[in-house]
Amino acid sequence: MSETSATVGRPVPRREGADKVTGRARYTDDLVVDGAWYGKTIRSSIARGRIRAITYDPGFDWSKVTVVTSRDIPGDNVVQLIRDDQPALATEEIRHREEPILLIAAPDRETLASAGRAVRIEYETLEPVFDVDRATETYSTIEILKGEVVEALKVAAVVVERSFSVGLQEQLYIEPQGAIAIPEEGGRIKVIGSLQCPYYVHRALKRALALGDEQAVVIQAETGGGFGGKEEYPSIVAIHAALLARKAGRPVRLIYDRHEDLAATTKRHPGVIRHRTGVRRDGTLVAQDIEIVLDGGAYCTLTPVVLSRAAIHAAGPYSCPNVRIRARAVATNTPPNGAFRGFGAPQSLFAAELMVEHVAERLGVPSLDLRKKWMLRLGDTTATGQKLTESVSSELVLEAALKAAPPFHRSIVPSVRRGRGLSLVYHGSGFTGSGEKKLGGKVAVEASADGTFTILTASTEIGQGTKTIFTQIAADALGVPLDRVIVGPQDTSLVPDSGPTVASRTAMIVGGLIHEAAVDLRDKLAKRRPPPTTWPLRVEKTYVQPDRIHWDDQTYQGDAYPVYAWACTIVDVDVDMLTGEVRVTDLVSAVDCGKAIHPVMAEGQVEGGMLQAVGWATIEEIKMKDGGYQNDRLATYLIPTALDAPRIKTILVENPYSGGPFGAKGIGELPMDGPAPAIIAAIHDATGVWLDEVPATPEKVLAACASS
Amino acid sequence: MPDVACLQPRDVADAVRLCHETPDARLLAGGTDLMVMLHAGSVRPRALVNLWSLAELKGIRHVDGVVEIGAAEPYTGIIGSALVAEHCPALVAASRTIGATQIQNRGTLGGNLANASPAGDTLPVLLASDAIVVTDSRTIPVAEFFTGYRTTALRDGELIVAVRFPVSARGVRFRKVGTRAAQAISKVVVAVNREPARIALGSVAEVPLRARSAEALLAQGDVEGAVAAVAADIRPIDDVRSTAAYRRAVAQNVLGDLLRD
Amino acid sequence: MRFVLNGRAVSFEGSGARRLLDVLREDLGATGTKEGCGEGECGACSILVDGEVVNSCLVAVGQVEGCQVTTVEGLADGGRLTALQQAFIERGAAQCGICTPGMLLAAHALLEENPRPSEDDVRVGLAGNLCRCTGYTKIIDAVLACRT
Repeated sequence: MSETSATVGRPVPRREGADKVTGRARYTDDLVVDGAWYGKTIRSSIARGRIRAITYDPGFDWSKVTVVTSRDIPGDNVVQLIRDDQPALATEEIRHREEPILLIAAPDRETLASAGRAVRIEYETLEPVFDVDRATETYSTIEILKGEVVEALKVAAVVVERSFSVGLQEQLYIEPQGAIAIPEEGGRIKVIGSLQCPYYVHRALKRALALGDEQAVVIQAETGGGFGGKEEYPSIVAIHAALLARKAGRPVRLIYDRHEDLAATTKRHPGVIRHRTGVRRDGTLVAQDIEIVLDGGAYCTLTPVVLSRAAIHAAGPYSCPNVRIRARAVATNTPPNGAFRGFGAPQSLFAAELMVEHVAERLGVPSLDLRKKWMLRLGDTTATGQKLTESVSSELVLEAALKAAPPFHRSIVPSVRRGRGLSLVYHGSGFTGSGEKKLGGKVAVEASADGTFTILTASTEIGQGTKTIFTQIAADALGVPLDRVIVGPQDTSLVPDSGPTVASRTAMIVGGLIHEAAVDLRDKLAKRRPPPTTWPLRVEKTYVQPDRIHWDDQTYQGDAYPVYAWACTIVDVDVDMLTGEVRVTDLVSAVDCGKAIHPVMAEGQVEGGMLQAVGWATIEEIKMKDGGYQNDRLATYLIPTALDAPRIKTILVENPYSGGPFGAKGIGELPMDGPAPAIIAAIHDATGVWLDEVPATPEKVLAACASS
Repeated sequence: MPDVACLQPRDVADAVRLCHETPDARLLAGGTDLMVMLHAGSVRPRALVNLWSLAELKGIRHVDGVVEIGAAEPYTGIIGSALVAEHCPALVAASRTIGATQIQNRGTLGGNLANASPAGDTLPVLLASDAIVVTDSRTIPVAEFFTGYRTTALRDGELIVAVRFPVSARGVRFRKVGTRAAQAISKVVVAVNREPARIALGSVAEVPLRARSAEALLAQGDVEGAVAAVAADIRPIDDVRSTAAYRRAVAQNVLGDLLRD
Repeated sequence: MRFVLNGRAVSFEGSGARRLLDVLREDLGATGTKEGCGEGECGACSILVDGEVVNSCLVAVGQVEGCQVTTVEGLADGGRLTALQQAFIERGAAQCGICTPGMLLAAHALLEENPRPSEDDVRVGLAGNLCRCTGYTKIIDAVLACRT
């Protein structure tokens, strides 16, 4: 093996970058499939009730199209995920607006649209539940206990109580959901789609279409953004496309337009988080009593896992001897909520960070002083009893952010007030608790006769840089130039199940497996005398949980995550006192992800994630009407443009973790956690007014300023 | 849409003729509204009459001491025009707030007028400027142009050819409040003039309108009175974008800011 | 009807009311231009018509008779990437890449009009192109790096 300089830590060119800047990259809807028909989903227009009748207008020639109902489902009518409660197609019962009822495929879009207009569905409506306080079904409850919170609150010198609410948010990947299903010989079905987790889709397809392992093939096409919105939802698109393809006997393209995507797909769980915090006169934190209620929508999807992450992060990055976290997620007759970057942590950290501000205000001390007093340091124990023994960067990121923040000046324009806010957050890398152990993610690395190496993994590139960092990790471990390393296609018939591309696990866990496999392969090649004659030479690795990690699913105690990533965010806002508009002008964040395998891509994660959080905190509002989203077009669901985006400065702080490849931890979700509470604090700094919710829309800001 | 024709008139007269002769025909200029509706299926015309390449509908010129802007002149042209900057700077300001570059390259005053959306960003400026809508057959003062929700005084097949701005347009001042800095449908739009006293608002009623009682007070020099009175001149609603209460408060705040200078 | 696509004459038969976006993607095999919303809000479908950046979902194909249409496929000269394309790759301006074609064309048009834009000029020029991945920071860096 020739000597090469290391690529890890250097901003090598993005592996698929040339394809993306020339238009050669092929996303799902770019693919040409001969003979494919177009598919469409017919959805419920009521939030709760029963289907009484489906009428097909006899004036339309139904022989020209293919119609699929739940009766055409060969396997189980279920979208396989956690609970088996969500049907692929409604049979009789409707639990939410936009619930899929039937599917149509047609040779062209005109015929498809006409067919869609020729179906009439009659319902018997039932009284829907939209309010979490009136929910009759609970998806999950979690309780985390440390010390004696009730006693501690009784004797605390000062107790501050506050309630916060967080709103829905749409992931708004710029490429809408879509899949193409192709029926092949022997009952095999191939689905190509825009997705994050090929094996989630694979399992869901097998279950609903009664297919064996080899009969279902899932291939990820170039994917235009995911952010969690393409974690579980693509299983639904794939099942629907496959059902149509199977019945029509030909390929079917099921591509959502933006309106359908906004109206029908999963959103971030909204909720309410209540805190009672007890402190001594000198500000020492003695008790945190926290209640979380999340709205899961009409079906369970991933709600229990979202609740889990929300609960574990709920006490914030702070050390407290007495903690009680009671979290529950309930059902309402709204479209099901699902995965979105942060996955419960942005919601609970929003509340935790603002509590520091409120306690500080009550005590009359700077909130920065309280943070320094309270924050978790090396050797401290979290609310789940996890002792933090490595890579704890609370102080590092705090100092780095404070140092890098631009000088702050108040506004000179009389109608505009300027303010600054700060937040400190942490985010567990990898799956919660025993999740990684249960997943048992696998990768393989193969050496070929021509001197190239292929990485075989189901982890997907969705813009975050998976393909590039995997090649860097493997090339450096193998000691070969970057261009000798290839990443195989994310095709379930070709690659092992590395687990889903979620939970900030791709670099640390899967990258770690690739590193191990590459080192092993290098050693095997070095030792073989004579060299191998049967190629490729393959090494597989399966995740094995280190012995030092202990987690109890029953008591919710122990090492919730292998390690945490840290961020301190400082934000400056201009508040227009005439209109209540909040403009975030500057954002500085110091982030520790252990080791930035690719510093430019790591910064990219921070910048992109933080702007999504800015949007969540300010302009991304979803109003509900009769259980459906009113903001169902891009003209009404607004994300920040280049003109709205603040100047963003990212400082990468590296505090390596021994359990990650080259010291890497996770980074994907962390940036979502910091900006929202910092923005609320900045609004307060500017105006003297506290808002307790996101989004802090101009309507709310103006009303709050007027009533103060 | 295999059965929708795109007709190419030779000139304005030809376009008018095509409109009269073709059933279910729709005029198409920049397409920033119509093409969206067409794709969504909310309009189903049988033909489009393409106005985009008609030179008669483009251009910005001085005619009889008055600035005249072609109905299909894109906002980009308005933004870059020294004539408009001098004679109606508020129109430049309003045009800059519409969409972003792509929309500004295709959006037009003719389209803004014909759609008559209550949220049309230029429309309060036109009202405050006492602009004149020039059609293929007559002129219509803009104050008489909006007759109801998305309804105009235009007859069937009547084409907007240009918009004229009298000298008083120079004094108009404008502010739009939207959800974000670009690509935003307005929540409140305000345009004012002192000489003569004009207060025009958008997104606060089913039409863009002039706040008559506030104007009367402004004409007497009573700025605070005008700011208070505007609340009763408007009829904002709660909708997906905002609330009536917010619109009312902001209309007053912005009006006061524009008038008090 | 006829027009010029990326320097090559093309002809089109069919309804002139069809969206230029669809004709490019489906009839002419130029799938580099993307549909993000169909409403003229996201800019993913941005192309140049006679050098001006427009949303191709808002242009009826009958309106580009005789025009020069440029899509992302027409930026690179043969195999050589433009400085802007190169900067996008090197500076992290492309993550998932779905906004990238439209963004490149808007940036290209901006730099043609104003070879030395300020940061604010760049933000204004790209305000019609939504990106969800990058936070815009590195896109702006890449465009500023191509000032001449």
